[in-house]
Amino acid sequence: MSIHEAHGTYTPTSGIGKWIDARMPLPRMMYDSFVAYPVPRNLNYAYTFGGILSLMLVAQILTGVVLAMHYVASTGMAFTSVESIMRDVNHGWLLRYMHANGASFFFVAVYLHMFRGMYYGSYKAPRELLWILGCIIYLLMMATGFMGYVLPWGQMSFWGATVITGFFTAFPLIGEWVQELLLGGYAVGDPTLNRFFSLHYLLPFMIAGVVVLHVWALHVTGQTNPTGIEVKSKTDTVAFTPYATIKDAFAMMVFFAVFAYFIFYLPNFLGHPDNYIEADPLVTPAHIVPEWYFLPFYAMLRAITFNIGPIDSKLGGVLVMFGSIALLFIMPWLDTSKVRSAVYRPWYKLFFWIFAADAIFLGWLGAKPAEGIYTMLAQIATLYYFAFFLIILPVLGLIETPRRLPNSITEAVLARSKKSGAQQVTSGAAASPETRG
Amino acid sequence: MSRVAQNYGNRTMKHIIATIGAAAVAMTLVMPGAKAAEEGGEEHTVHYPLQKPVEQDWSFAGPFGKYDKGQLQRGFKVYANVCAACHSLKRVAFRDFHELGYSDEEVDAIAAGYEVQDGPNADGEMFTRPALPTDYFPGPYENTEQAKLANNGAVPPDFSLIAKARGVERGFPLFVFDVFTQYAEGGPDYIYSLLTGYGEEPPAHIEVPDGLYYNPHFVSGSALAMAQPLYGEDVEFDDGTPATIEQEARDVAAFLMWAAEPHLTERKEMGFRVMVFLVLFSVFLYLAKKQVWSRVEH
Repeated sequence: MSIHEAHGTYTPTSGIGKWIDARMPLPRMMYDSFVAYPVPRNLNYAYTFGGILSLMLVAQILTGVVLAMHYVASTGMAFTSVESIMRDVNHGWLLRYMHANGASFFFVAVYLHMFRGMYYGSYKAPRELLWILGCIIYLLMMATGFMGYVLPWGQMSFWGATVITGFFTAFPLIGEWVQELLLGGYAVGDPTLNRFFSLHYLLPFMIAGVVVLHVWALHVTGQTNPTGIEVKSKTDTVAFTPYATIKDAFAMMVFFAVFAYFIFYLPNFLGHPDNYIEADPLVTPAHIVPEWYFLPFYAMLRAITFNIGPIDSKLGGVLVMFGSIALLFIMPWLDTSKVRSAVYRPWYKLFFWIFAADAIFLGWLGAKPAEGIYTMLAQIATLYYFAFFLIILPVLGLIETPRRLPNSITEAVLARSKKSGAQQVTSGAAASPETRG
Repeated sequence: MSRVAQNYGNRTMKHIIATIGAAAVAMTLVMPGAKAAEEGGEEHTVHYPLQKPVEQDWSFAGPFGKYDKGQLQRGFKVYANVCAACHSLKRVAFRDFHELGYSDEEVDAIAAGYEVQDGPNADGEMFTRPALPTDYFPGPYENTEQAKLANNGAVPPDFSLIAKARGVERGFPLFVFDVFTQYAEGGPDYIYSLLTGYGEEPPAHIEVPDGLYYNPHFVSGSALAMAQPLYGEDVEFDDGTPATIEQEARDVAAFLMWAAEPHLTERKEMGFRVMVFLVLFSVFLYLAKKQVWSRVEH
């Protein structure tokens, strides 16, 4: 703790406080982690999504536990039980809209959290494990989100499950076995719904477990910050409470306001109308589209329309889709630059923003039919996605000239506030330093 | 890296980016043309519906929207007298009709107008009896096979959720604007447009198969199995509203929105209170945050 010097120590004053501290010092751990814990003084709002995500996980578990009390996991009753939640359970409509939109906003937050990590180089040494644990959480979230979408047993639930479990048949030898294991049979049916419900209930608690490891790893290495320079002295940091707590609380409330806007005014905006039609194995929807947060990967899957040697287009698409996520795991070793933050990497900054736009563009393409010009655009966008990780990240670190780094966080902060102070004098406008990177 | 090497590095980078950029632009400009040439002569993929839904003013649209009970009662009359001949409403119970502004006696009377199956009785026989408010709306057919037989092989969909289960894709950039305008009435707009969209002569290049009816507003084709259901004057409204086809279509679309989303009014009322709280609390938190952080340069 020489570098990450804590702001104050826990000293129990009451008798019971001392008694507990001598036996199982949980209050001390909480104090050290969430009160005295030093955080860089220059964190901006992009760093608030970790807290938001923890709260979203809790909200999803709470609404989910109550929904599970009313939900019936059987192909004959699932759709009807969800409708009875919407119509007859007290505030059931609110719980279900919170849970369904909560999944979407969970992903909104996680994507912003991930983009922040990519922009400020949070994945670099010594935070590789922290980053990988985050990737595992993301994978678990995707599995949970996918299985949760199957539970209402609408048309998109059924056909989405059919298409996604069908991916596994692309793998030679074990593919069909894996698919039958997932489905509990040869087609999506009662065994599928029951095991998806069981796993959908299990995985969030596994996520919570990995979140504990994620936060543990974070508290060992300390947070990154917009400069990407490590904390060097106590003046570089402020105490978690009140500084980070109040800032996180404000960001959470703004995030919740946007979330509530969707729950109460546009609860079905992010869903698909077809999922209000009960699942019918005999009627295939015109376009089978996954939830929006899977669309970029769906676009990359469908972009592979050609065979590559022994790999047919189906297996190729599946490999590209899984590969696009696997690349995230090895990102710490793909980036060869010693400089963390994009603030000091002019070229990386440009390529990063192209990457962000590319990911959103892929999402849009994922919702379009895979035909005509869309297929070719998806191929170009997929190419950039892979080139970003496999070519740009390794090469850029070798040839890019970073801007001069400040000596410390404190120096960077003071230089900036001096500059904004000068601007205030000349322009007379009230600068808001907390909004800057 | 030396100064010279740095400059060289930067210049190379710029060159690479410029080349990639130019290539990408050229590709996007050239390729659609090439594609079109390739497909030349072939038919274009037709996108349905042929005509976008006509947007209506709904009392339940917007942040303060609420159902117009008079409209719901008129819509129910259209459903009961016209649609119910083929379409069930199986997730709506008679007790729910209190929300349409009917009194207990009126709900009892509406329910009593329908027969439902019950049983088995002490003799082990199924029997029919007049419906009670706790019963769900009985459908016109015993099962889907019977529905198919009566409708030329097509099954008329259940109407409980139809207003949320139908929607015409809005496309970019409309779906972005929809977030700000709170457009969530795609279902009722579609129902209105479909019901008033019959009667046009199909264009020469569209062949309407036997047993189907041309409707440019139909979401998944140019013609559908349902014949024109409304013509105007199909019902007589209790409140004296003239029963034009537009009026009937609009009222039944509103009724079906209520059937699909009975808690809409309650949701929007609660939403307003929640939004006021969240915005005010955000402001307080922001001021507290400003005060706390004023102690350090950051």
